[in-house]
Amino acid sequence: MKMTGAQIIFECMVKEGVEVIFGILGGAVLPLYDTLPQYPQLHHVLVRHEQGAAHAADGYARVTGKVGVCFATSGPGATNLVTGIANAHLDSVPMVAITGQVSRPFIGKDAFQEVDITGITLPITKHNYMVRNASQMAETVKEAFYLARTGRPGPVLIDVPKDVFTEEVEFTYPNRVKIAGYRPTLQGHPTQIKKAAKVINEAKQPIILAGRGVLISGASAKLKQLAETAQIPVVTTLLGISCFPETHILNFGMVGMHGLAAANMALNETDLIIAVGMRFDDRVTSNVNTFAPGAKVIHIDIDPAEIGKNVRVDVPIVGDVKVVLSELTKLIESRQNLGWFEQLDTWRKEHPSTYIRESEGILPQYVVRKIYEVTEGNAIITTGVGQNQMWAAQHYLYDRPNTFVSSGGLGTMGFGLPAAIGAKIGCPDETVWCIDGDGSFQMTIQELATIAQERIAVKIAILNNGFLGMVRQWQELFYDKRYVATPLSGPDFVKIAEAYGIVGVRVNNKIDIVPAIEKAMAEDGPFLVDFRVEPEENVYPMVPPGEGINAMVEEPREAVKVDSQKIKTRNM
Amino acid sequence: MAPAKHTLIALVEDKPGVLNRMASLFRRRSFNIESIAVGRSEVPNISRTTIVVDGTTTSVEQVRKQLDKVVDVVRVVELSAEDTISRELALIKVKANSVTRSEIMQIVDIFRANIVDVGSDSLTVEVTGDENKIDSLLTLLQGFGIRELARTGRIAMTRGLLSPLQIEKDKPGTRAKKKKE
Repeated sequence: MKMTGAQIIFECMVKEGVEVIFGILGGAVLPLYDTLPQYPQLHHVLVRHEQGAAHAADGYARVTGKVGVCFATSGPGATNLVTGIANAHLDSVPMVAITGQVSRPFIGKDAFQEVDITGITLPITKHNYMVRNASQMAETVKEAFYLARTGRPGPVLIDVPKDVFTEEVEFTYPNRVKIAGYRPTLQGHPTQIKKAAKVINEAKQPIILAGRGVLISGASAKLKQLAETAQIPVVTTLLGISCFPETHILNFGMVGMHGLAAANMALNETDLIIAVGMRFDDRVTSNVNTFAPGAKVIHIDIDPAEIGKNVRVDVPIVGDVKVVLSELTKLIESRQNLGWFEQLDTWRKEHPSTYIRESEGILPQYVVRKIYEVTEGNAIITTGVGQNQMWAAQHYLYDRPNTFVSSGGLGTMGFGLPAAIGAKIGCPDETVWCIDGDGSFQMTIQELATIAQERIAVKIAILNNGFLGMVRQWQELFYDKRYVATPLSGPDFVKIAEAYGIVGVRVNNKIDIVPAIEKAMAEDGPFLVDFRVEPEENVYPMVPPGEGINAMVEEPREAVKVDSQKIKTRNM
Repeated sequence: MAPAKHTLIALVEDKPGVLNRMASLFRRRSFNIESIAVGRSEVPNISRTTIVVDGTTTSVEQVRKQLDKVVDVVRVVELSAEDTISRELALIKVKANSVTRSEIMQIVDIFRANIVDVGSDSLTVEVTGDENKIDSLLTLLQGFGIRELARTGRIAMTRGLLSPLQIEKDKPGTRAKKKKE
């Protein structure tokens, strides 16, 4: 059957199970959008900035495990996607971005709204394409979705010249994908798995360090089985949060720069790290030279290039986490490890990182705790980047997979709100809270219009401290409190919300916190709460940059009120 | 000790931008590449790239694995120093006059190189060999005055019948480039 390039794109998308597209139209994608009404099964969400389209597609992909899709026009539309694409790339999120391009005769002529988006996104996509003939369209779109969701997932961009959208060709849907240079290894090598099992069975103080790979692979149940069988404590990376129930007795929390003290101490003292679907990011290891000095390392990851990249590995296993864990667990001896657990429990009791002190003012971590209590731990939480993100990671307990949605690798401020849009559309029956900072929130604040237009029932909690808080914290600790360019005079967020047609309240007093959260939950539609929190509250523990994870700074115990006289105590 | 210079062969799909993808990768990850030579292979639509990596400043393992992640790169193998034939071609334009011409020609003869162009005040030499041979010839010709130099960079092949693509066919399900895991 004869079809246009644009029709072929949508035909392929329908076959891929696409339900929703986030995007903004413009000149070069007009023919694409003009074809959209022929496919009523596809829901298009009009965002207010292309970065929001990419983040929404990202949030959608993270909660559903499906490929997120976004559209943008050529030139500025395409470049506006870049941050969102880079964000998805660093966090291995499956995404297909389709950008319009100037018509073929204009390519290379610096035409109006022409930009070399395949060149620009080359290092931040898993792969990208420019479709020069509509005859290549079906194969390209099919390949793009296949690449995006298989192996180590990532964003794939397809750039389409305007006249290719309208070019008519014979359409036949390709039955299979064959890419000579792409065959991800799924099965772990049996010899390596045997070796790993032996090392695990012999270890005295082993620990499982789980990352987002567990979530991507859908391996939470397998991980639980392994941990429970061998009684191995589990710690997670920031993006690994929710891959193992946080209320589970074996879960000792997040590690890293703002990881929980006991988790970091365990990592420092362990004799075996079983790293599962994670990549030893510098925010996890801090100083790699002093990282886990006494530990052997088993590293399970689908991406061979991650193995040995940052830390030395004793037993590498390349493969899909779920497949490898199934095989590995068969060889693991069931046992007790009481001494090691006593040690961990002692650390946890002596270093209660999630303890929230008494305070007259509103502590941001207290707000997060109350959201946890009111939602009974059943919400999907998206975050901005900075202090709000760390408090959301530390003080909400995530028991179900893919309920913590956060920008890890790129650390993209402004991620929270559009990601919440994607998450709510992906999981309409779930409660979705966006816990954001006032700085982060203002970076994509225009997406309130998207929320209002689509009536997306996202709940927004702004931990408003009037600062770019995390940067201010660094200035306090490492730059002699010179608060250069960190104080923010934010707008009245409640009025802003109202102007967009969204209900909101401000909370100035501690006693109003819970009623405000309850009110938000009772509201059918979107709701915004502006929490005026302690302006100079810090995130603890904190590993100072460049130091080992054993050099973390914890919250001073005697501190009653946040003031400038804080004495930093260094434990260990 | 491992030799400083490592030879990688990358078989890549002959598609627009594939060189750009490789070059961009080297730049982004600060890989130190000594030379890169690209040409056709025995398979249609597959180009053969020979990359020489300085193993003292760059993790060869990372170069291999990261290259392998590029979708258009079909296959990457590292050639061992022992079983490899490697060659480079150089064109060298040397200043020459009636006095020096015969001396230069003698040196060229010793190196089994060829004179491919003669001018009234220059000679152009074509030489094939490994880098050491070309370097030695250059040292000897330096005194006469080198006006122009073009080198192709190393191309290389393993001895024996197998090619990197055939290794793949012989061991279904495994990939030679994953040998170290």
